[in-house]
Amino acid sequence: MAQQLWAKEPTAEQIAEQQIYKQMGVSDSEYELICGFLGRKPNYTEIGVFSVMWSEHCAYKNSKPLLRRFPTSGPRVLMGPGEGAGIVDIGDNQAVVFKIESHNHPSAVEPYQGAATGVGGIIRDIFSMGARPVAILNSLRFGKLESDRVKYLFENVVSGIAGYGNCIGIPTVGGEVMFDDSYDGNPLVNAMCVGIIDHDKIQRGVAKGVGNPVFYVGPPTDRDGIHGATFASEELTEESEAKRTAVQVGDPFMEKLVMEACLELINSGIVLGIQDMGAAGLTCSSAEMASKAGNGLELYLDQVPQREQGMTPYEMMLSESQERMLFVVEPQHEAQAQEIFDRWGVICAKVGKVTDDGRLKLFHHGEVVGDMPVTALVDECPVYYKTSAVPAYYEQNAGINTLRYEEVTDLGAALKKVLGSPNVASKAWVYNQYDHMVRTSTAVRPGSDAAVVTIHGTRKGLAMTTDCNGRFVYLDPEVGGQIAVSEAARNIVCSGAEPLAITDNLNFGSPEKPDIFWQMEKAVDGMAEACRTLSTPVIGGNVSLYNENAQGAIYPTPVVGMVGLVHDIDHITTQAFKQEGDVIILLGETKAELGGSEFQSVVHGVTEGRPPQIDLDVEKKLLSSVLEAIQAGLVQSAHDLSEGGLAVALAESCISGGLGAQVNVVTDLRSDIALFSESQSRILLSAAPDKAAQLQEMLVNNGVPAAVLGKVQGTDLVVNVNGQRAVSESVNELKRVWEDAIPCLMN
Amino acid sequence: MKFAVLVFPGSNCDIDCYKAVEETTGEPVDYVWHTATDLSEYDCILVPGGFSYGDYLRCGAIARFAPVMAEVAKAAEQGKYVLGICNGFQILTEAGLLPGALRRNTSMKFICQDSKLQVVNHTTPFTSEYAAGEEITIPIAHGEGNYYCDEATLERLKANNQIVFRYSHNPNGSTDDIAGICNERGNVVGMMPHPERAVSSILGSEDGKRMFTSILTAWRDQYGAATVG
Repeated sequence: MAQQLWAKEPTAEQIAEQQIYKQMGVSDSEYELICGFLGRKPNYTEIGVFSVMWSEHCAYKNSKPLLRRFPTSGPRVLMGPGEGAGIVDIGDNQAVVFKIESHNHPSAVEPYQGAATGVGGIIRDIFSMGARPVAILNSLRFGKLESDRVKYLFENVVSGIAGYGNCIGIPTVGGEVMFDDSYDGNPLVNAMCVGIIDHDKIQRGVAKGVGNPVFYVGPPTDRDGIHGATFASEELTEESEAKRTAVQVGDPFMEKLVMEACLELINSGIVLGIQDMGAAGLTCSSAEMASKAGNGLELYLDQVPQREQGMTPYEMMLSESQERMLFVVEPQHEAQAQEIFDRWGVICAKVGKVTDDGRLKLFHHGEVVGDMPVTALVDECPVYYKTSAVPAYYEQNAGINTLRYEEVTDLGAALKKVLGSPNVASKAWVYNQYDHMVRTSTAVRPGSDAAVVTIHGTRKGLAMTTDCNGRFVYLDPEVGGQIAVSEAARNIVCSGAEPLAITDNLNFGSPEKPDIFWQMEKAVDGMAEACRTLSTPVIGGNVSLYNENAQGAIYPTPVVGMVGLVHDIDHITTQAFKQEGDVIILLGETKAELGGSEFQSVVHGVTEGRPPQIDLDVEKKLLSSVLEAIQAGLVQSAHDLSEGGLAVALAESCISGGLGAQVNVVTDLRSDIALFSESQSRILLSAAPDKAAQLQEMLVNNGVPAAVLGKVQGTDLVVNVNGQRAVSESVNELKRVWEDAIPCLMN
Repeated sequence: MKFAVLVFPGSNCDIDCYKAVEETTGEPVDYVWHTATDLSEYDCILVPGGFSYGDYLRCGAIARFAPVMAEVAKAAEQGKYVLGICNGFQILTEAGLLPGALRRNTSMKFICQDSKLQVVNHTTPFTSEYAAGEEITIPIAHGEGNYYCDEATLERLKANNQIVFRYSHNPNGSTDDIAGICNERGNVVGMMPHPERAVSSILGSEDGKRMFTSILTAWRDQYGAATVG
């Protein structure tokens, strides 16, 4: 039977003549290179293996030159990009492991499973390093929350994330969701996982020790997700629906068992190398493990557990069945490893052997069905330097005056309009579907600037956030990139933590288009500069290109996932006003900057002009001063000013604290601009009356502009501008608008 | 006093329960595997939350066949304390140790949030340190927490004072706002809210602490302080 199916595969000659490799995303010149490495024409299995290893998803062939521009090292970095996830030291022999990854294209065609398996995949990246996963975050983008299709995608993506994370028992503590037409038909689903590890438990995905056995762990392989990596590396089209089979199906219960068993195996100290099977499944994990050890690997495909009959080598090598791992131990530890997996009820099968010939050799039914040099698969994929060109829209935007809009005088109504925009509104509808409290370490739940989880047995905590304002990046990729990193750092600092490092998820359109490549280049430059200035290196990440729909590319969306260290849990700070009578202080300078703002979009219906500017040195000074003030115990609440500017920040601090505020803003700007400008490097603090003077003095000494706006008081938010009443609304009413917006659209 | 925290494949609140017992009572506690066939050394058995066996058939429906469940039934029969939380509550109803069943939330969505509860029965070994009618805050996190029982059972629950907690604001459609119940004897309690998630102010509430300390107090009252040690 197998022989017959297999016989239907095209021969090496047919692949060449009919250019079948092109259907797999391999170009003519790449095909020629592959023939050169093999010294012959590849058979069907081999060309399949090469095509996934040389896809953008696995090889970063279009983005590598840009990724090299990121700073990736620092005094705390224990492991940078290249392994499953990056690792940063947090003292006391402990380290934090984290990474973000996209599952955009699968989620566009099958939102529940696409999102669920995105979560499953990133969790495996974390525990394959030996770390215990402690938190999950996400970053989501959809079209405007109006059409039934967008609602369907939103509902099922959230449900898929919840279904996986809740079952496996890792809290989903934070994230962001934005809605904009540019993501219509091409939603973004980025999932991040954070884990904690002891330094001496850190694992690597290496196939060490010639002659050692290679084990397969997890459910049997089926025909799930064949060519998922290739699918992720092309544009979505009307035919994409037909590629639903490229979407995998997740089983979080199985992953829970695999995770517990693997962590037990790692803790037993016998593992030489371990790696998860993610994109490109068995192909990628085996080739990468061999490559990192400078070895070769033989795989005996008849031994691979199979769910379906008659699977071909091609199908087994390319399947992206979920919840699978590959590991290497010495022969004398085989029985011990097997016992652990038996106890957890998880399949563990010996499927291969480490060799010294540097080749990935595949055996099936007693024959060699594939024989490829490991280095060719892993390191020799050509790197492309794409053409970059400044887009016309960017030039045109230079001339747009974002202050020309007629003044909005009913600022209370404008505030409610902005608070009711799904981008700003409460995301409780989303995060209440996620178990964000399991593991009993969530000290700051979703909804504040950054989530904080405590580290059991210590007085420390980890703050974490995901951020990216795609509108800013679209309007000016370099500045937008700087802002994405800076805003993440501001969120971390506002929660009382020191920013440590970032993981990034570069979501862009097609790099074949010079305008898009220009966006990528500029955004990376902006991010890299901000990372250098703020001392937050990039320790890993993911690239997702070809995010396009019929209207064109998505907004460039380089999502930043940042983790910070709370040195003492007493420093944990939230955005909520705490106490009647506390003094409200605004840090930073407010300029007339409406380009790309929520106010511009919601009230004036456009996204145009230049985004707010940012001075990274000013940002750095602001962040270190605020952290110092928080650590000195001078701060009651801290909130980053972002979408919706000062007006929304005040409203959110009131709503989450259940308290009102009475403030007066002294400014040279028009009232609507003063309240809704999204100028960067601003933070809203509140302080107890007896500490306010000391706080202000500290800020002034550090050169941070600090204006006392008023105090926490009553049950209304009353905002005057230069003594004139601008907003006077009950906090309950603002809360209603903010809380009801998304549920109303979804019911 | 000695506590057991059961571990089924897919349990995910086992570690939280273990830590809560340790931190609130200081008494010894063990993880006990689903295959265990002897619980005689334990005085209180916690059946933790999670997704036992993936909850693939029906919540708790597979777990009730695990070898350890026969021992749990025996312990309940002997008058030992048994507390099922969330998935643990679902398992206890499937095992017939508590009446009724848990259905999908009426919203058809998983709900994770703080919930206010009224302590309806403060005379059980699990609730003696609460005041009658006291309102406490304990989080919920479930997709299937909608308690259901027929009229006759409900009447019996009321008549025997078996309703232990009611929701102040029913989040899931539960019959009579029921959040937790006990058996007739009062030594087996099942509840959807998670007291182990409310044991320190940094987690948002300390109201769950007294459930664990009530158990210890009840045990000491029953067996005398002399055996403590």
